[in-house]
Amino acid sequence: MAIATNFWIWIAALLTLAIYSFLYKDNPFYKFAEYLLVGISIGYGISVYWHNTIITKVYNPLVYDKNFLVLIPLLLGLLMFSRFFKNVSYLSRIPIAFVVGAGTGLSVPSSFEFLFKQVYATMPLKLDFGSLIIVVGVISTLVYFFFSLEHKGFVGRVSRVGITFIMVAFGAAFGYTIMARVSLFIGRIQFLLSDWLGIIK
Amino acid sequence: MFLRRTLPLLVSAIFGIALILQFFVPHPASKSFYNLMLDWLIIVSAFTYLIAVQSTVELHFTKIKRKVEGWQYSIIVLVSLFVTALLGVFGGAFMPTTLWMKIFPSVKPTDTTPLMYTYLYMQMPMQSTIFSLLAFYMASAAFRSFRARSFDATLLLVTAGIVTLGRVPLGEFIYKGLPDVVEWILKYPNMAAQRGILIGVQLGIIATSIKIILGIERKYLGGGK
Repeated sequence: MAIATNFWIWIAALLTLAIYSFLYKDNPFYKFAEYLLVGISIGYGISVYWHNTIITKVYNPLVYDKNFLVLIPLLLGLLMFSRFFKNVSYLSRIPIAFVVGAGTGLSVPSSFEFLFKQVYATMPLKLDFGSLIIVVGVISTLVYFFFSLEHKGFVGRVSRVGITFIMVAFGAAFGYTIMARVSLFIGRIQFLLSDWLGIIK
Repeated sequence: MFLRRTLPLLVSAIFGIALILQFFVPHPASKSFYNLMLDWLIIVSAFTYLIAVQSTVELHFTKIKRKVEGWQYSIIVLVSLFVTALLGVFGGAFMPTTLWMKIFPSVKPTDTTPLMYTYLYMQMPMQSTIFSLLAFYMASAAFRSFRARSFDATLLLVTAGIVTLGRVPLGEFIYKGLPDVVEWILKYPNMAAQRGILIGVQLGIIATSIKIILGIERKYLGGGK
């Protein structure tokens, strides 16, 4: 058994314990760790945006490559701050419109591509039980989410089959999520017992 | 009126249509336009992040100023935010900056940055611990809500149980074929429903995108004139 001597391992271990203390009840140690996580995460985001966007995509092209085209998105970005000045706050709508417009423009082709791939993958290449389940499942799930027709009679029966499929999928997703969380828990316990306390190898 | 409403609508329509069209033009110019727009989008999005930071900082400053209950924790947020941001900006994100190496001559370009220390030993452990906490709460929530009251609830409960057990050695110990059952559930009924949901989501994205481009959906512009 060799307890860690690394300062950072101790920090990580104490913060882990501070968060697990919530299992007992909400307490100042948990609150400290929680608020610390919020601050660090935002600070990390600022740093990454600074280096990956402002330096790499704005400063370097502008200063070294003399690419003045980057002034346009820079100006659009700065217009975001116009929202702090009441008389010109409407100008912040322009960069928002750009982000929304360009975002939708990028999403339409990729959504169509994805849609066609999913429809293609649903088409049975051979007639077997598995393919039948897939075709019936996809169609009935879509019918369940189709609200332009009242779910009565034949449509109601198909949508009922759809709910069954959806419940199976939700159950599987739930089971999978539990397993993922338990794996994380095992990872944290392993860290505490192995890296920090050195009880297990 | 033009600057307040028409120009934003024109901007979203022009860039939206241009980016849809470029997808169907197999020309290098179209590809470089796509890359340029992607860069612009990343740059403008970085400023939206700053707006979010400003909002958080203002919220916590107000809490401290008004001495709201638990205001001391807001100091932790602000101090950790500024320290991490300063360390990251001056020390480098993934590799040390030249400035940092000038201040600390013993630092080599391959060394871990101070930001990475905070990420690896503070942010990541806390994040994964919080997520692992959910294992306990999900178990208790499931116990309370997953009563087999109807056929659908029973189905969800049974599937969750089979998938959970089938992924651990205990499941195989109980019934040797359980991992195959899990595999079948994931491959067929689960895949079918997931695909149905995904197709619906994609259709929704396309419909909403077209509505935005055509200016029918304009909630993103906010209220007011």
